[in-house]
Amino acid sequence: MAAESTNGNGHAQDLAWRVGGPQGSGVDTAALIFQRACGIAGLHLFGRREYSSNIMGRHSYYDVRASEIPRASHRDAVDLLTTFEAETLARHIMTLGEGSGIIYRTDDADVELHKITYLDGRYADDLTAYLAERGLPATTAGQLEDAKNRGVKLFKVDIDEIVEQLAEAMGVPVAIAGRARNTLAVAVSTALLDFSRDYVKGAVNKTWPGRQKIIDLNVEAIEQTYNYVDANYDRSDFAICLRGAESSEKRMIVNGNQAVALGKLAGGLGFQSYYPISPATDESFFLEAHEEFPTRDGGTSNVIMVQTEDEISAVTMAAGAALTGARASTSTSGPGFALMCEAMGWAAINEVPLVITDWQRGAPSTGMPTRSEQGDLRIATTGSHGDFPSMVVASGDVIEAFYDAAQCFDYAERYQGIVVHILDKALSSSSRTIPYLDTDLINIDRGLIAEPRGDHDDGAFARFAVTESGISPRTLLGQEGNAHWCTGCEHTPQGRVTEDPVVRETQIEKRHRKMELALREIPLEEKVKVYGDRDAELTLLSWGSNKGAIIECIERLEAEGIPARYLHVRLIKPFPADEFAELLASASPLVIVEANFSGQYAELLRANTGITPDHLVLKYNGRPISAEEIYRTVSEIRQGGADARIVLRNPYQ
Amino acid sequence: MTTPTAEARTYKAKDFSQPSANDWCAGCGDFGIINAMHQACAKLGLDPSRVVTVGGIGCSGKAPYYMGTYGVHTLHGRPLPFATGIKLANPDLTVMVASGDGDTLGIGAGHFVGAGRRNVDITSIMFDNEVYGLTKGQAAPTLPMGLQTKGLAVPSSQAKINPLMMAYACGFTWIGRGYSYNIKQLVELIMAAIEHPGLSFLDVLQPCPTYNNLHTKDWYAGKDQEEVRPRVQPLPEDFAAHIDENSSEEEVLDHARNFMVEAHRWGTEIPTGVFLENTGVTTFAERIRERVKTYAETTPSNKVIADANGVANADLTSMFDELAVN
Repeated sequence: MAAESTNGNGHAQDLAWRVGGPQGSGVDTAALIFQRACGIAGLHLFGRREYSSNIMGRHSYYDVRASEIPRASHRDAVDLLTTFEAETLARHIMTLGEGSGIIYRTDDADVELHKITYLDGRYADDLTAYLAERGLPATTAGQLEDAKNRGVKLFKVDIDEIVEQLAEAMGVPVAIAGRARNTLAVAVSTALLDFSRDYVKGAVNKTWPGRQKIIDLNVEAIEQTYNYVDANYDRSDFAICLRGAESSEKRMIVNGNQAVALGKLAGGLGFQSYYPISPATDESFFLEAHEEFPTRDGGTSNVIMVQTEDEISAVTMAAGAALTGARASTSTSGPGFALMCEAMGWAAINEVPLVITDWQRGAPSTGMPTRSEQGDLRIATTGSHGDFPSMVVASGDVIEAFYDAAQCFDYAERYQGIVVHILDKALSSSSRTIPYLDTDLINIDRGLIAEPRGDHDDGAFARFAVTESGISPRTLLGQEGNAHWCTGCEHTPQGRVTEDPVVRETQIEKRHRKMELALREIPLEEKVKVYGDRDAELTLLSWGSNKGAIIECIERLEAEGIPARYLHVRLIKPFPADEFAELLASASPLVIVEANFSGQYAELLRANTGITPDHLVLKYNGRPISAEEIYRTVSEIRQGGADARIVLRNPYQ
Repeated sequence: MTTPTAEARTYKAKDFSQPSANDWCAGCGDFGIINAMHQACAKLGLDPSRVVTVGGIGCSGKAPYYMGTYGVHTLHGRPLPFATGIKLANPDLTVMVASGDGDTLGIGAGHFVGAGRRNVDITSIMFDNEVYGLTKGQAAPTLPMGLQTKGLAVPSSQAKINPLMMAYACGFTWIGRGYSYNIKQLVELIMAAIEHPGLSFLDVLQPCPTYNNLHTKDWYAGKDQEEVRPRVQPLPEDFAAHIDENSSEEEVLDHARNFMVEAHRWGTEIPTGVFLENTGVTTFAERIRERVKTYAETTPSNKVIADANGVANADLTSMFDELAVN
């Protein structure tokens, strides 16, 4: 549990800061101000939001990683922990190692662990046993004593005292001054980190643009807090500090939900229907907040958003919109996806271009609605009853999520069917600083669309004409002279219901030929991307948001002179079996990493290629995998004797 | 609401029909409804290429195959959301839903409620024969409690839904009832429902000659009564169905009382006709346009999403600026 921080020692800066507190207490605002300050200072940011399925009161926390090198994963070992309440102290103090620090309130310095309302019994029991072994009481005081023994620096803060000083300095009542508590909490951290107060003031200006009274109060809060820290602590024994970086690159901070919404807009989304569900809803919220937007041809465009009565309505409404030629999608999470399955089959047999975005969360059933998991892969690849072609695309970070969200519409229209864009909670609520995205890189291909008054046969347009490629010219409802039928029943080329054995074979084979075409047409880098040493035998293979942590691990191995590569799977279905067989021929050992119980991708790989991994590394406690966890696991594997199935566990997350 | 074509060509009822083999039972009430749909479309001067008939599952769900329009045979219970997506994405189309009583008020009841709240300009025609014909006669949500039609092992122990009351409660802005053997009235009702600018619900009573041996053509004709008089009767002449944004609260309450009384008649007299025509409620498209002005011209189905080279047309710079950190 030693801190693996490298900042403050002349190395590239890499700070892991964590703030926690009850939901609704301002954790997100504090994190926002801290992130903005770091962003203004030219640092790269990775933010991770962990929250409970609750409105007010339960525990939430936010990790900010500020670094000179862009990072796409959190760090388990935190450098500085800021707590708003006893529960945060109790839960997270174990993540602190030698040389790191904790900021806590006077009120929280001695609280019985079993009296903390929302601290799970298991958590309190484990901590109690841990403390008992060291002869310490089951209180936060015992935890602080233990932390001190482990070399953690303790910073007890009397927040009320700073608020009173602020009230006096501003000539306002204490209740008014108290509104600056979030800024104040950030400023205690930044002052301890010896981070320039100007950056924090800049963040305050950016957070409340034009609201001078609020800005004045918060700026003074920063001044008072820095003075308080100077007066009360000796910084000399706290080695961790944070400096601005030299960078003039224009950057934005984007989370996964926003990246997908932006990608969909760039890709031409015209219609999205959805039913509220965590952690998908923020994507639709962003789209609703930007329902009208400028276009590059000088006009204004829009996206039509509908909140429906359920997910069945959401998916069928989007399918209806897609039949008219609109680029249409819906966005959901596991429980909603399960409700959409029947309609997936309908869209597939009717060859409707439709994008379903699935933000996976802890499952099955309601599971853990606000925690992450990669457990929907199996249902995403099958989805509905029967045999039908569909595509599944996975994204590993916010940049990929943006371009993939646009690309999914192309796949849907080129191959006329369902595309499931699969992401997860970890990506949805983690944010990253990135350069402005480039919509020029998005090349829109709408596939084969029929001309008005197209070929008629047997009295109607042959929408499902049998072709060598499997692709039939697609009509849009309302196109002149192309009336035909769509139906969930097996059908003739005109869409008439049939149970004729030969027509059935012809149509089902035609539909599946489209996937053979997709596998031939889609370039390798859209199927799987290789990072690290392409010739290395040590091979990590994964998909989705594990990408950032695995790449960081690969880079660390590379720095130590250990050749390793990471195969990042992007196209999950149709399965690029030939390419994988070739890529994996030299893999030794092959290590598959997934955030689920059964290794759902590994199962798919074996079904399609017969290849099984030497080691399956799994995590299913609802929390994202870290670079440290992967690195430790790879080290164990390299030492020999590691199990074929390795479960990543961390009781204090 | 309709969008007649400007072209000189006028279409006849047969242009809206289809020669394909029809597999409804002989004597099925569905024939009267589909004939009325053909005639109504022709009389309104619609272009078959600009009409979409959306069906659910069941005998009635096959209606799209017997229409010479675009036909979308959807999933059980889901035609309303499909139709909603079609209409919102391309508002120029005339969209009709043909679905059964089980499809509409059983498996699809949730969508019926959701559709009512939105008031999208769609016409929903419910084929109401009180049974699930295609699965051999189980009780539909419109079968009165205690009745045992011949496909049932035991009498139905679930109460019937009053479709008109249900539509009123959900917010449908045009509500009517017709009878499949009164085609003249049915044509007029379908035309009025299509012309109404908002969500219309037409409950069409019909015998199922194969599975509903209780509410037969003779029953609707009142032949079982001592004094033979058709049960299906037009609404009283003085029944006022129209309300709009200028109606006083008292007028609205009067209408509600009269609606409720007529909608509850069932027995010796079953009223048919227009029960509600409310033009005082904005359509969903109007509500969108209040915020999204460009929706009047730029719709999901016609928007320009790329230039000639396929480069994305959306300009996201202002959104990127919103998210900028420095």
